[in-house]
Amino acid sequence: MKNFRLTAGLVPTLLPLLAQAGYDVNIPAPKSTISFQIFDLHMEILYVCLAIFVVVFGVMFYSLFAHRKSKGAVAAHFHENTTVEVVWTIVPFLILAAMAMPATRTVLAMKDPSNADMTIKVTAFQWKWQYDYLNDGVKFYATLSTPRAEIGSPEAPGKPVSEHYLLETDNNVVVPVGKKVRLLITANDVIHGWYVPQLGVNQYGIPGFIKESWFQATEPGVFRGQCSQICGKEHGYMPIVVEAKSAEDYAAWVKEQKARQAAAEGAQKLSLADAPAR
Amino acid sequence: MEATQGHAHDDHHDHAPQGFGHYFTTTNHKDIGSLYLWFSMIMFFVGGFMALVIRAELFQPGIQIVNPDVFNQLTTIHALVMIFGAVMPGFVGFANWQIPLMVGASDMAFARMNNWSFWLMPPAAILLVGSFLVPGGAAGSGWTLYPPLSVQGGMSVDMTILAVHIMGASSIMGSINIITTILNMRAPGMTLMRMPMFVWTWLITAYLLIAVMPVLAGAVTMLLTDRHFGTHFFNAAGGGDPTMFMHIFWFFGHPEVYIMILPAFGIISHIIPTFARKPLFGYASMVYATASIALLSFIVWGHHMFTVGMPAAGNLFFMYATMLIAVPTGVKVFNWIATMWKGSMTFETPMLFAVGFVSLFTIGGFSGLVCAITPVDITIHNTYYVVAHFHYVLFSGAIYSIMGGAYFWLPKWTGHMYDEKLGKVHFWLTTIFFNLTFFPQHFLGLAGMPRRIPDYAPQFTEFNQISSIGAFGLGISQLLFLYVVIKCIRGGVKAPAKPWEGAEGLEWTVPSPAPYHTFETPPSFH
Repeated sequence: MKNFRLTAGLVPTLLPLLAQAGYDVNIPAPKSTISFQIFDLHMEILYVCLAIFVVVFGVMFYSLFAHRKSKGAVAAHFHENTTVEVVWTIVPFLILAAMAMPATRTVLAMKDPSNADMTIKVTAFQWKWQYDYLNDGVKFYATLSTPRAEIGSPEAPGKPVSEHYLLETDNNVVVPVGKKVRLLITANDVIHGWYVPQLGVNQYGIPGFIKESWFQATEPGVFRGQCSQICGKEHGYMPIVVEAKSAEDYAAWVKEQKARQAAAEGAQKLSLADAPAR
Repeated sequence: MEATQGHAHDDHHDHAPQGFGHYFTTTNHKDIGSLYLWFSMIMFFVGGFMALVIRAELFQPGIQIVNPDVFNQLTTIHALVMIFGAVMPGFVGFANWQIPLMVGASDMAFARMNNWSFWLMPPAAILLVGSFLVPGGAAGSGWTLYPPLSVQGGMSVDMTILAVHIMGASSIMGSINIITTILNMRAPGMTLMRMPMFVWTWLITAYLLIAVMPVLAGAVTMLLTDRHFGTHFFNAAGGGDPTMFMHIFWFFGHPEVYIMILPAFGIISHIIPTFARKPLFGYASMVYATASIALLSFIVWGHHMFTVGMPAAGNLFFMYATMLIAVPTGVKVFNWIATMWKGSMTFETPMLFAVGFVSLFTIGGFSGLVCAITPVDITIHNTYYVVAHFHYVLFSGAIYSIMGGAYFWLPKWTGHMYDEKLGKVHFWLTTIFFNLTFFPQHFLGLAGMPRRIPDYAPQFTEFNQISSIGAFGLGISQLLFLYVVIKCIRGGVKAPAKPWEGAEGLEWTVPSPAPYHTFETPPSFH
């Protein structure tokens, strides 16, 4: 029965094979203080699990190979052993305790939004995001900017060609690198999830409640994410794009946004003044 | 263990009723067991068909086959059909067939209620699947039915709620029946700590069901009144809280996970000793581990809600409690391996499924441990990593045990041996395609692909294509299972009373197929 060796080989061989093909097989490169810790935690746990898997299933597959009737194995009659059973209850417990310690530190860090440099209020809608920079007075909506024709429908199947198909917005969230950005997340209609893996944030926005989260980008770049909680038919079409920029670039962006907002408000006032009196 | 049937003269009144009509009124545990198992099989194919439409849509980015709202409906109903229609009734089918045979009882304790428990299921299934046909289509909020999204839905949400109520009532009645049968109708001499493992796991599962099905019923009833009668349980504008629904739902939902796996542990604990020709290692610790898992299952629901914004203390509590479950689960895996150790193993189809179960379920257990670590869960919550995780525990866990158990007891049920060669082919096709379908989904989730989206960014394409190809292979392979079962029912090599050399237990003391009435006088159990 070569079959068992096949199963044994299947899982471990799949991993490097796929890695060779150049596919992404891990969490995307961490770009925030917390996501670095998440990345490391995941690797530690993965290695511990792999080691346990190899040891435990090494024993099992050896047994499957050696203790088979066709090889003349005669069944033993033992069916308990208190020492062994106590050991394999306590040892996993200790391994788990060792895993829990670094995880606890990260949980406490994640849950501490104090001393933030700035605050952005995020409001989720079906199906777009609104960002309100509480310190800098910038406010805008962000919606998917991929053309509808690319997405298509069953009648006219889509053909995605955009480089960042489904992961691009008309207005990106711009933040300064190295600053602690506090997020106040809520929703207007149903539950949504603000999820940007590279920044280590995944927080539901719940209508009627304000939830807190934070991140501190460690280098400039563009980080993409999506709504993480099913929120209706366009759930797949409300991406999040965060651009981390240097302090100067960020200041310039704020200035530009304010000018644009002022112009838009001016235009609105003008059109109101022009409107015929009723 | 040795058993003799009191008086073996029940041939003259052992005439099973003929025709399909008697199935509507039957009170016989074997008939009802078969009804449950066939119902489970049909629902498995219905839910599987929905999964294949989902995988077809996800074969490439862009929308090609179904609109996004239909896609959401498919993911929702696929989950509900598989959980409440395929896995749970499958195990109840095993309970009906096997518990009386294993404890030496003549039937289930409440035979008429047993009939009612089953016949509630088809109307519930019709409501659930039929909801695709009402205006607006089926419920599309995901199987968790979170408000406010589920409050926005059309009348199909009400049909889903009603279906859940009916299936819950059926589960509670089934559980009462199972508990009563086990506690009162065991053969003389069969003390609790000498019961077969499958009976133990179902006893504990039945208590879990009685504890949590009313909780689900409460949650969906509040949802119903929020939708139609002006209450605001889950609406902040009226003083309610959507998060409260999640807490109540997952207080049901996490024990539910163990409801779907504990009977599987029971079945595997029969198959492995049989084909290792060696008694189950650590029987007592298996019982205690099962009970510990059941108790812990009540205090871990918050791990489904790490992204809700619970305080640090809440996150830490649920992380620690969830990690603890790995201890009793580990004990079970170690016990199964110790049972194989120094056995004299052969690898008939049931054993292949059992070994597949132990290997692949454990992968699901490891990914569960990864998900339990709160900070890591933040990055994989509601991604395909979670989809991969729960299919490893539900498909290569629950479904593998159902299939392995079916091959194991088919000779007893039908009186014929199944086609061993085809059974093995079915196992290998299932295992290869299962891994092809779900292993790549771990990578998709790590890379950040959310679940329940009909369309995705192009960097996810390759793994989705592998997964879709695997899914179609997996789906088509199951037709082979259907064929083997039908072939076995219609004929084949005559099965002896005990077709497996290493089998132990009262069910193997009665002829194959098991007569319509068995153990009319209790057997003696030494």
